[in-house]
Amino acid sequence: MISLENVLPHPTSGDPEPTIKIRPPRRWVPVDFHELGEYRELLFSFVSRDVKIRYKQTVLGFLWAIIQPLFLMVVFTLFFGRIANIPSDGIPYPLFSFAALIPWTLFAEGLTRSSTSMVNNANIITKVYFPRLIIPISGILSPLVDFTIAFIILLLMMAYYGFVPTIAIVFLPFFILLALLTSLSVGLWLSALNVKYRDFQYTIPFIIQIWLFVSPVVYPASMIPQQWQFLYALNPMSGVIEGFRWALLGTNPPQGMILISAVVVVFLLVGGLFYFKRMEQYFADVV
Amino acid sequence: MILLSGEIDIRVRGLGKKYSIGGSQEEYLTLRDALVNVFKIPFRRLTQKDVDQSTNEFWALRNVSFDVHKGEIIGIIGRNGAGKSTLLKILSRITTPTEGEADIFGRVGSLLEVGTGFHPELTGRENIFLSGSILGMRKSEIEERFDEIVKFSEIEKFLDTPVKRYSSGMYVRLAFAVAAHMDTEILIVDEVLAVGDAQFQKKCMGKMEDVARVGRTVLFVSHNMAAIQKLCSRCLLLVSGEVYKDGPVSDVITTYLNMSASVGGVSLAKRVDRKGNGDGRLTALFINDSPDDQIASVCSGDTVRFHITFKIQKPISSPIFYLAIYNNMGTQIIHCNTELQGFEPGPLHGEGEIVCEIPRLPLPPGLYKINIAIGHGGGGEIVDHVESAALMDVLAGDFYGTGHYRFLNRGICLADHRWRFIDS
Repeated sequence: MISLENVLPHPTSGDPEPTIKIRPPRRWVPVDFHELGEYRELLFSFVSRDVKIRYKQTVLGFLWAIIQPLFLMVVFTLFFGRIANIPSDGIPYPLFSFAALIPWTLFAEGLTRSSTSMVNNANIITKVYFPRLIIPISGILSPLVDFTIAFIILLLMMAYYGFVPTIAIVFLPFFILLALLTSLSVGLWLSALNVKYRDFQYTIPFIIQIWLFVSPVVYPASMIPQQWQFLYALNPMSGVIEGFRWALLGTNPPQGMILISAVVVVFLLVGGLFYFKRMEQYFADVV
Repeated sequence: MILLSGEIDIRVRGLGKKYSIGGSQEEYLTLRDALVNVFKIPFRRLTQKDVDQSTNEFWALRNVSFDVHKGEIIGIIGRNGAGKSTLLKILSRITTPTEGEADIFGRVGSLLEVGTGFHPELTGRENIFLSGSILGMRKSEIEERFDEIVKFSEIEKFLDTPVKRYSSGMYVRLAFAVAAHMDTEILIVDEVLAVGDAQFQKKCMGKMEDVARVGRTVLFVSHNMAAIQKLCSRCLLLVSGEVYKDGPVSDVITTYLNMSASVGGVSLAKRVDRKGNGDGRLTALFINDSPDDQIASVCSGDTVRFHITFKIQKPISSPIFYLAIYNNMGTQIIHCNTELQGFEPGPLHGEGEIVCEIPRLPLPPGLYKINIAIGHGGGGEIVDHVESAALMDVLAGDFYGTGHYRFLNRGICLADHRWRFIDS
């Protein structure tokens, strides 16, 4: 057996910088945004793939994007709006709940897909290199197509009820972004954890169910007693949904709530990124 | 050691990869298992069960260092489990090393599997873009090469059918076609030539040869010694995760085959990897006058004598001896046995020696392995059977008696023949 370490030349300071440096795992790995930018085409490929296969060999195809929120809206209107008589900030209940279900579905779908994305793509992460962040990011972006379709239906519904969006609509993209970042940050934590501890994939439907009722989808945030408002605002989706309704339907602006929500998202996202980047070094060995 | 001038494309120093086996890394842990493990710790010391930490660890790779220069095509060989794929995975950044480091100068394209990223629901066309994208090609590059890829894979008619409807041959052709059009400076290839039919393999080899000609740097893992010999100038032999030998292809391959044959220097009598009911044992195989722990050298056309010594415990009433010669691709070229020759050894018991003589060895130059066996005649049981009992290096020789050697390495065997014109 030969050891070449002492015989081979060691790099000196005049040598060019290597394109790729392969080193043992570290505790804190920064996100390489430049690299993510270089791989943006791959991100698009993944999103495109997920969108295409979602409705392959189905008859209803993209109609499924509106069927689910529509049916939920009907059920909510019947049971929460009519029977339980829950107030809806002066807006017809169907519109009130549908306007919340659209961003909610974007978040819930994004979270569901990104949480299992790493395990679902096990066959490629064990064979090719690319920044693994691309996978959960593609998970939260692919529901945007469904979102767009449902949004059009929402606009039609608004027209039917005689609602014209106010100038506040310019803030809509901000709320959409906040919903995406929320699903991304939670998705990062869950997808990384799920690689090693497969229990987490079973927690997702249950997390989403609880989250639905903790968010102002079937009831307005104004119903929450004053002393709990702060705690309530820690749920980023509270700010998103109230903001969505404000931008489109002219209900009360979320103000303080949105600030708290944004701060929470920032913390979740940064934490999620760090955790994901650290565990990324072990994914291929454990998945 | 070869000293090459020229830029370095890959620099590896002290690379090592450790896996912990027996539970914690092999399978995923449920949260319950992880929590239970936490409670187990205080009790562990009392049971003394895993006092020996080392049995739970497995170094797939240890202390690996080498340089790859621009334009070198390096073969990496070794037995299964020697660490070849682990090395490629680390250099492809799929898994991280436990220790050591590697620096790479240039873009890397990894071909570790055929059909990476293919999705069965998508069409051939869509998969070309998806797979190409996953392998690292830009959309513009894929568009540029699209027609070539389709032509290479021969699936023009089925381009818009979902890939799940393809035959396995079509699938493999398309997958390889996409991968073959990667144009990174450095290529890392893992045994992909092992898939597909003979025609496909020929196409793959052709493509690999093109790659070699253009001057790209390639790391190539394979069990196919012929391919390694054809494509590579230098070869690394990995044994149990370490670099056992690093040098010119033929030297390293010879070392490797020698190791496989003598199983680390153990003589035929003591070898344990044999088959048969054990009523007797083949104790040695000498080729001409060579001692049995070295590779015998003979020439095409030579008279070769295979001396087999044996020791029979339980008498065999009508024995039959077998001798088979395989080329380096594992194809049996020559099969000899006593029954074919109408040679009846009569009842055998105790020690003895038998010779099989091939008068004019009709083998082209190359490295061959010899399997020998002894059994009961008339379709009876095999008593002892040893694979790779010896190796034989056949050099070019005057088989045809004409003094012409030029085309001797064509074909897998040499046949006597004559030419003449037919008068009209």
